[in-house]
Amino acid sequence: MLKQSLSKKRKGYEVLMKAMMLLSVGLTAALVLFLLAYVLVQGVPNITWELLSTKPSYLTERIGILPDILNTVYIVLATLLIVLPLGVGAAIYLTEYASNQKVVGIIEYAAETLSGIPSIIYGLVGMLLFSNSMGTCLMAGALTLVIMNLPTIMRTTQESLKTVPQSYREGAFGLGAGKWRVVRTVVLPGCVDGVITGCILSVGRIIGESAALLFTAGFAHAVNGIIDGLAAPGATLTVALYVYAKEQGEFGVAFAIAAILMVLTVLINFAATLVQKHFAKRRSL
Amino acid sequence: MSMISVKDMCLWYGEHQALKNVDIEIPENSITALIGPSGCGKSTFLKTLNRMNDLIPGVKITGDIRYEGTDIFSKEVDVNNLRKEIGMVFQKPNPFPMSIYDNVAYGPRTHGITNRVQLDEIVERALRDAAIWDEVKDRLKKNALGMSGGQQQRLCIARALAVQPKILLMDEPTSALDPISTSRIEELVTELKEKYTIVMVTHNMQQAVRVSDYTAFFLLGELVAFGKTDDIFSQPKDQRTEDYITGRFG
Ligand SMILES: Nc1ncnc2c1ncn2[C@@H]1O[C@H](COP(=O)(O)OP(=O)(O)O)[C@@H](O)[C@H]1O
Ligand SMILES: [Mg+2]
Repeated sequence: MLKQSLSKKRKGYEVLMKAMMLLSVGLTAALVLFLLAYVLVQGVPNITWELLSTKPSYLTERIGILPDILNTVYIVLATLLIVLPLGVGAAIYLTEYASNQKVVGIIEYAAETLSGIPSIIYGLVGMLLFSNSMGTCLMAGALTLVIMNLPTIMRTTQESLKTVPQSYREGAFGLGAGKWRVVRTVVLPGCVDGVITGCILSVGRIIGESAALLFTAGFAHAVNGIIDGLAAPGATLTVALYVYAKEQGEFGVAFAIAAILMVLTVLINFAATLVQKHFAKRRSL
Repeated sequence: MSMISVKDMCLWYGEHQALKNVDIEIPENSITALIGPSGCGKSTFLKTLNRMNDLIPGVKITGDIRYEGTDIFSKEVDVNNLRKEIGMVFQKPNPFPMSIYDNVAYGPRTHGITNRVQLDEIVERALRDAAIWDEVKDRLKKNALGMSGGQQQRLCIARALAVQPKILLMDEPTSALDPISTSRIEELVTELKEKYTIVMVTHNMQQAVRVSDYTAFFLLGELVAFGKTDDIFSQPKDQRTEDYITGRFG
């Protein structure tokens, strides 16, 4: 008697739990689909060749986002160019050279914490550190993004350095190789995947960043070469989206940019997965 | 003549003493087997001889270790050159994730040989000496990780031979291998002693008897017995040695 009623109760409970889980899964999926569909439906019809290939002109009251696309490319390039050697170098030092494990632990903890700080705080600091001395410009924005992305690059590189088997290092040392040769020939090739993954994640973050750039890089929409572009203020796509939607009420353009950013995000995630799969395959060889 | 002479060597991992007052003279062009129950310090002893223990933080070593008469810890000794002279083969085959050729060429390149013809020669000779040339000569550009375990271990031996060491330290080189690969490596080691001095850790008493000229028996960090393998196994002087080789513990 008792047994039966208990198991009935349990069964009911299980069915309920299952239903709730299904509901939350369905809700999540529906939300993602809705968001994607909504942005694409609103945005794609507004994407024209003219929009992509021109700059805004007050004379013709036409809006073009070419400068914003270029600015985004410049800031991604500049940031990666600076953050890669710094982050990878720091990671190599911490995992391969540093002897004081306590200090290493503290730095790793600091990096972990840094990557959780809201980006607007980076913007504030970047404004004081960079924009106040070099003026509001893409380079000031790039330097701010360097600080923001340094922990990410460092940590992903470190994690993949740790997956390089100790036996490789021993084998190389056993042949009389010096420290730097071991790092260069045996350790670094084994962490390429971590560096690439870190890069892809950072590109995603840079493209998606707005708060930190509003403070440091400004809003201009001028078409420049990369050197002049970095020295001048400029809006990236994300910042331009904010400006067009919030200050000019140009929702068509805003949604067009949103659709482009959305597609880029999907592509970046896809690339990250591909890279990881590729290297996992090579590793299991 | 002895290649390596060790006097009153002690080694600590932090607070833990792993080797106690070890005295041993390792003779040239011979095979010395290190036996003893696991955890008795065989690997630790082996890794001291080419200073691989330098890589482990907190290791302290006292006593006198001489290679061809030179104190290996003296300031004049370059540790990378020491490891070139005293090569090492590890318990688990550890080829680098590169081509077979690049694995063998790694050591010579490390020590400055870049001439292609010269490298080709060294690689071929090392692979022949390690009795694996015929199996790999048609796929030198293939990744070494695609080879079988036994082949990988012989590749690692070839890689060690390519820097032309005088001494080869081998830490249970066959423990991860099947019986056929094991007997191939044993044969190979016996041939190699013509040119090299070999110190080999082994878990396997039969193997020690089959291949070695001298045997050193370690127990709890002490060198309990050392002598001609025949003597050690046929008339052990020490009760603990007898107990171990007759399988009463270990
Ligand atoms: N890196 C290390 N750090 C601390 N203790 C170690 C380390 N390596 C070995 N030991 C200790 O030293 C002793 C001897 O180990 P080892 O030389 O590996 O023995 P064997 O090779 O004879 O099995 C063991 O008690 C082991 O726990
Ligand atoms: Mg061992």
